[in-house]
Amino acid sequence: MTEPTVFEMSSPGRCGFKFPAPDVPAAPLPQGFVRQSLNLPELSEVDVIRHFTHLSQLNYSIDGGFYPLGSCTMKYNPKVNEETARLPGFAHAHPLQPIETVQGCLALMFELQEWLKEIGGFAGVSLQPSAGAQGELTGVLIIRAYHRSRGDTRRNKMLLPDSAHGTNPATTAMAGFEVIPLPTDARGNVDLQVLLSHCDDTLAGLMLTNPNTLGLFDENLLEVVEAVHKAGGLVYGDGANLNALVGVARPGDLGIDVMHYNLHKTFSTPHGGGGPGSGPVGVAEHLVDFLPGPLVKIVEEATEEMPPLYGLVMPPYTIGRVKSFYGQFGVLVRAYTYINMLGPDGLRKVAEYAVLNANYLLSKLKGKYSLPYDRVCMHEFVLEGKWDDCPEIHALDIAKRLMDYGFHPPTNYFPLIVHEALMIEPTETESKQTLDAFADALLKIAEEARANPQVLKDAPHSTPVRRLDEVKAARDLVLCCWTPGQ
Amino acid sequence: MFTPHTEQEVKEMLQAIGVKQIEDLFQDIPAQYRFPKLNIPEGLSEMETVQQLQEMSEANESTNELICFLGAGAYHHYTPAAVDALIRRGEFLTAYTPYQPEISQGTLQAIFEYQSLIAALTGMEVCNASHYDGATALAEAGVMAYHHFRGKRCKFVVSPCVHPQYRQTLRTYMSGYDCMYVLGDQPENVAEKPESLAAFIDDETAMVAVQYPDFFGRVYDYSALEKIVHERGALFVVVVNPLSLGLLKPPGEFGADVVVGEGQSLGLPLSFGGPYLGIFATRQEYVRKIAGRLVGETVDRDGRKGYVLTLTAREQHIRREKATSNICTNQGLMALASAIYLSLLGKHGLRQVAELCYHKAHYAAKKIGQIPGYALAFSEPFFHEFVVRCPQSVSEINDHLLEHGILGGYDLGADYPMLKDHVLFAVTEMNTREQIDALCAALEEVSHHD
Amino acid sequence: MTTPANLKFMTSDEWVKLEGNVATVGISDYAQNQLSDIVFVEITVAVGDQVKKNAVGATIESVKAAADVNIPVSGKVVEINEAISQSPEVINSDPYGAGWLFKIELANPGELDTLMDAAAYDQYCAERSH
Repeated sequence: MTEPTVFEMSSPGRCGFKFPAPDVPAAPLPQGFVRQSLNLPELSEVDVIRHFTHLSQLNYSIDGGFYPLGSCTMKYNPKVNEETARLPGFAHAHPLQPIETVQGCLALMFELQEWLKEIGGFAGVSLQPSAGAQGELTGVLIIRAYHRSRGDTRRNKMLLPDSAHGTNPATTAMAGFEVIPLPTDARGNVDLQVLLSHCDDTLAGLMLTNPNTLGLFDENLLEVVEAVHKAGGLVYGDGANLNALVGVARPGDLGIDVMHYNLHKTFSTPHGGGGPGSGPVGVAEHLVDFLPGPLVKIVEEATEEMPPLYGLVMPPYTIGRVKSFYGQFGVLVRAYTYINMLGPDGLRKVAEYAVLNANYLLSKLKGKYSLPYDRVCMHEFVLEGKWDDCPEIHALDIAKRLMDYGFHPPTNYFPLIVHEALMIEPTETESKQTLDAFADALLKIAEEARANPQVLKDAPHSTPVRRLDEVKAARDLVLCCWTPGQ
Repeated sequence: MFTPHTEQEVKEMLQAIGVKQIEDLFQDIPAQYRFPKLNIPEGLSEMETVQQLQEMSEANESTNELICFLGAGAYHHYTPAAVDALIRRGEFLTAYTPYQPEISQGTLQAIFEYQSLIAALTGMEVCNASHYDGATALAEAGVMAYHHFRGKRCKFVVSPCVHPQYRQTLRTYMSGYDCMYVLGDQPENVAEKPESLAAFIDDETAMVAVQYPDFFGRVYDYSALEKIVHERGALFVVVVNPLSLGLLKPPGEFGADVVVGEGQSLGLPLSFGGPYLGIFATRQEYVRKIAGRLVGETVDRDGRKGYVLTLTAREQHIRREKATSNICTNQGLMALASAIYLSLLGKHGLRQVAELCYHKAHYAAKKIGQIPGYALAFSEPFFHEFVVRCPQSVSEINDHLLEHGILGGYDLGADYPMLKDHVLFAVTEMNTREQIDALCAALEEVSHHD
Repeated sequence: MTTPANLKFMTSDEWVKLEGNVATVGISDYAQNQLSDIVFVEITVAVGDQVKKNAVGATIESVKAAADVNIPVSGKVVEINEAISQSPEVINSDPYGAGWLFKIELANPGELDTLMDAAAYDQYCAERSH
């Protein structure tokens, strides 16, 4: 049964919320500025609660089941994070209050900056960027500002492995650089020879996701970084896959100059059906002055009686603001809570078990699904969702059939270099039993692909709706509950 | 805590993989950098963590205790309990972007309803699934204008009465493109009529952006400016406070091509500046030029109505370096919260809250204007914020107000040197008459001593 | 679909049909097949424009991909297919006929020599299908 929209449910005269009566005299309304009509629905509170509860029940979620969506790090989101983010002192703090009245917020942000610096091996961190993609834009604008500050204006080339997330080239274009794709070699590493051929004085930098989107740690990482540095370029680290490294290796130690963290991936803040995320940026010493601000700094050192006074400071050569205020503060509180509970040992365990889980799952599937790059993987791996003996079956069919088994499908058709990619990231929070059940489902589907391919082509069978007509959606655009102009 | 394996299970898993110990899985990482000792505090239990965060939060004096007259882009409103109860549902909270529509109809329909609600509120035809906040929504309007004119128009004219942080964010975004200029926002021009921006508008202008109500709370008739903008073929962008549109004429009625704004006032907590909600609405003709996700209606194989992400070929995961923007994750949960808020209040409730803000602000402004030493800086109509010239520095006044448990207004001097000793007050439905009277009494004390 | 023998092709899958001094341009059957269901076409050149070979002349979107259409020959745009934006699916059904995009009056006929003939293009597509 389809759930009507809030507009369809509307009953004239209903109201779901009552405000107090006015306690001041009414002022005359501004002549010529008052709107004549407002087409919002009229619903009771019960209508609204039931409607959105029904909608929620149509969703698959981490709380409901296994969500091995490659490159998205869909780990369990601890419930305590939701409590701490809603502590009244945080939830009701206005961003423009005098700093003396928000020392709790600033202390939390300061410590989170320090922790992220330590975890990433960086000299400075800005918490401002709102999500991974904005972290990337921040990082690449920092690279641009760095070169320009040295009068080095010829550097316009940004190298991007062909396995990169789409945000990398999109970001590169927004920052005014030319995208130069780098091929991946037979072992899944950056092709070093091609990289070297681009290392000249027009090289701005390299954007590198490591481990990459195949789930592989680049075996030549130090050579790659050195080659870029030698040519005068900088290395951007896409932190999307930090879950494989947290507590195990620090990108800053490996020579990465600038990196964004995805707090909504590595540090367990919930994805919320598409955000909010948070994408703080860490930089090496030579880039700290370019960070977007304001940053939280100690503006008056602690004394014996008094704690330090935290304040907001703009770095001297900042690229500017990338959003209003200071970052997705509520998300920062959640990430802070998580790191606070895990500590150094817990964080190391995150990466260790994430990698253990991925390799265990891989060991169960290898042989039944082809593995384009056969190596020990990190936190995720990519299988080919296609077999020569049943060519009509595609990765998409496998993905849809998994829903019938009660699982969220892996990422498919990404990375682009594997045509029928199934990109699987189990994360550290999943038990062996869950992994076994998921592997069994995939193995069963591999059998079905031969025995009864139609059941895959028609999948999913058990979901609230079946495969949707995306062509119709794009051709007969309906983006609103009513047709524009009517 | 969140990692379930027993020692026995780890052993079995390692055996299945064919390695002796977990460390063996990390051989590709250069040995000298493997397993650093992290200098961060040891992990705590949930009870200890909550205790510690509780203490940190109590180091703040927030609007929970203080009487708030501070706004300037973030507002103290009441959030009905139903909003938080619904957005906390794990099915919404812990789902990813709805890339698999068959098992994401909840998120997809909620966003579709959000798009519709915002379209209705702004008087526009389409709305995307959200941006990070009001500032980045304005910056993305700049990016859209850039693409719309294929980089051939290089001037981005912005009124000085657009939120200073939004203008800064727009500048950061435009700095990536060569030879694109943000201009027109000289801070000394805040008292000029909006039409004075015409001096900056020519055939190289890609867009003109104004705020409604503007940063100082003023409500202007932009129809003369709109005419000039469109005569030059530029895009007319209006930054809004969506809550004010419960009362005010929507920008769709006065020729806006793009409406952006900060959705925090629609049921989101202040939360020290984020996560908020970037609203972005436009006309159907520009739909393929906009950034971000869009949900469209369609049918499934059995002919049932359903929703999918649509026009995805604009986006980074397909278009890569030619995408309309790099945005991926947006503010899905915040869009959901505002959709719930708007559904709950509905047409009457939103009008009611907008009017409460309006009347209380006017009561406050009138009273403050009568205190010796204080004067309203502008005479234009205003919504729920207004500028007051003070007899002393704003910081001294705010210090004094804080002693009375009052969070004073925004000090305009730093952003607008000519408005030194001027404060921007915001009044919402949260402020009682008693609180407003207390503010006036405290202000009066400051005008007397010195 | 057989590839019409009178067409010439770019490696980026655009075709050219020469009639007199005017070249009609479209995308190949292979290209429409790769894109799958086309939902949107935007021709970004206008009649009268002087265009250069390899510049972008149109953008085509399907639900899963987007592609730029490169201009195969330099010259002046003399006609564009006005009907195509209303029914982009015609590119799927009739790529070499009603699915044409724009016509260019050649400035430099020598440029045609750099393009593949139908046989070479078929071979080129066959190689990519493996």
